[in-house]
Amino acid sequence: MAARDSIGDAIRAAKTKGRPALVAYITAGFPRRKGFRELLSSVCESADVVEVGVPFTDPMADGTTIQRSSRAALEDGVTLQWIFAELEAFSAQRSKHGAPLLLMSYLNPLLAYGLARLPKDAARAGVSGFIVPDLPLEECAELRAALEAQGLALVQFVTPVTPSARMELLSEASRGFLYAVTMTGTTGKNVAVPDEVLDYFARVKEISTVPVCAGFGIRSRDQVERLAPFVDGVIVGSALVEVIERGEDTGAFLQSLRGEAIAT
Amino acid sequence: MTQVISAAEAKTLLANVMKDAYPDERGRFGPFGGRYVPETLVPALDRLQAGVDRYLHDVDFLEAFHAELKSWVGRPTPLTHARELSKRWGAQIYLKREDLAHTGAHKINNAVGQVLLAKKLGAKRVIAETGAGQHGVASAAACARLDMPCTVYMGEVDMERQAPNVGRMKLLGATVVPVTSGDRTLRAAVDEALRDWVSDPNGTYYCLGSAVGPHPYPYLVRELQSVIGREAREQMLATTGKLPDSVIACVGGGSNAIGIFYPFVKDTEVQMLGLEAGGLGTGLGQNAASLAYGRPGVLQGAYSLLLQDEHGQIQETHSVSAGLDYPGVGPEHSLLMSIGRVKYEAVNDEDALAALAECCAAEGILPAIESSHALAGAKRHASEHPGKTLLIGLSGRGDKDMPTLQKTILKDQV
Repeated sequence: MAARDSIGDAIRAAKTKGRPALVAYITAGFPRRKGFRELLSSVCESADVVEVGVPFTDPMADGTTIQRSSRAALEDGVTLQWIFAELEAFSAQRSKHGAPLLLMSYLNPLLAYGLARLPKDAARAGVSGFIVPDLPLEECAELRAALEAQGLALVQFVTPVTPSARMELLSEASRGFLYAVTMTGTTGKNVAVPDEVLDYFARVKEISTVPVCAGFGIRSRDQVERLAPFVDGVIVGSALVEVIERGEDTGAFLQSLRGEAIAT
Repeated sequence: MTQVISAAEAKTLLANVMKDAYPDERGRFGPFGGRYVPETLVPALDRLQAGVDRYLHDVDFLEAFHAELKSWVGRPTPLTHARELSKRWGAQIYLKREDLAHTGAHKINNAVGQVLLAKKLGAKRVIAETGAGQHGVASAAACARLDMPCTVYMGEVDMERQAPNVGRMKLLGATVVPVTSGDRTLRAAVDEALRDWVSDPNGTYYCLGSAVGPHPYPYLVRELQSVIGREAREQMLATTGKLPDSVIACVGGGSNAIGIFYPFVKDTEVQMLGLEAGGLGTGLGQNAASLAYGRPGVLQGAYSLLLQDEHGQIQETHSVSAGLDYPGVGPEHSLLMSIGRVKYEAVNDEDALAALAECCAAEGILPAIESSHALAGAKRHASEHPGKTLLIGLSGRGDKDMPTLQKTILKDQV
């Protein structure tokens, strides 16, 4: 089985339990490198899929929270080499059925690492796929082919301003799931989820041939409930990073999004 | 994507440049350029592309653009023979006087063209980034003239060193948003402008100020700025009866440079020299010379040369000039360098300031610190190749630099 299939499987497994899958984002090495594996481990317990963010100096698709966590991680010396070493050690210790890991990275750190060695090293570290927010479909052929060869996914985005014809192309090209941005804008803002957003998700869901996960601005159980009938999963990033920033319990927060009683 | 260009490839690329083949349909200048943006911006860039394809060849649009350039911007700008500098430097020095364009720099050519385009595309507001403040002022002025709301993103560091321009933008009706993220200079201002645009890609027009960013911006900005080189070429022929031996310009993102270079690219007998900000030295973080010291990578929408560390993180830059203080460069410059058509060198802060002072005293012209990099490069070039005729792009005037000049050249004067 290709590693990328584990992503769709994890999302579908959550769906069969009658709830949308929870995809959780954390910035690698934030709040500090020390203790990152323990943090990742606890997030993996409460989420169905985990995105590990590679910090970048110029995260143009991200709002202030992830700008801040990225900057802090870079100041603490986080590099892609370090992330792979951490993930490799983490993956060696855990069950093969743990939450699949995705790397979310802007393109330049991946180019600097070298596209020739990237897929193999990522696979060895236990990564199932990539999300690259500044790499649109027209520019992604080289990376996509390299990842495919290692059985890794490259997730594509759709947005409320994406025309339907393009949505079809993006859905066909996407592996793992289709990342449906809830709004035009950067990550981290609060989204009210008005009716037209639900119409958009209904359209995405109809077109998509892979599971659809909604991301950007997901912060509360209310939003998750409102989106649940229209999507296969929800992605939580900035709100989770803020929980980590405040030193609070990530498990309790993720469980509250799932609507489960908070274990005390 | 990470290729090194071989001699054979360089020859093919050069032949393509001579055939005017760039940008190609994918927005590439050889290996450089492209469109690396979040998916949200793809439809907006598609619309911009369609607008550029339609209006840059539309007779009525071009007539309106050139009418504004003539009656409002004050074009053509003059060509000045710098008599005293010519004597001192042992070369014939001609200055293309973009400092005399309305609002004080070449930036207005691009701004008025893009705001006209924004209106045609039905935009409700215009946003812009600015480093030295010249593109911000130009955008604010063009928006006032053409009745469009305007928001300008400017790094906090730049707001301090280019304070006079902040006030000008406000008087011209623009909202100036201080950028406190990232390096708080031009690059952070571009990031913030992109974040704004991503929030309203349908209603907002992003008036990008340099020949950088995702396709079609590098092409659009080149087309709007080429008026500089077209005029200068005619003026040189009319004044001296021949083409210059060298064309010399400063390069930050590279809009004034591509504007003056482009109409000379096919004149193979004309050498071209671009001067980047050498800052305090050659070390990482000490300069803003992406072509001299950078490696290829992707920043803010394009694949080009960048100042970055081994992990692909973008470096903080230093230059005394806010307008050149940027870790990337337009993709067409990366191509022109890699095929040897244009030579790029760095000029340090000290030499740029000395050239500024010399130009003031010798010619009665206060150039911008940005443009003074070109003057310093021309002086060095003249000492190595005496007796040549040099055309220098004097991209802007230095009034905006008074806060910096008070702290540097003027600091010991009572």
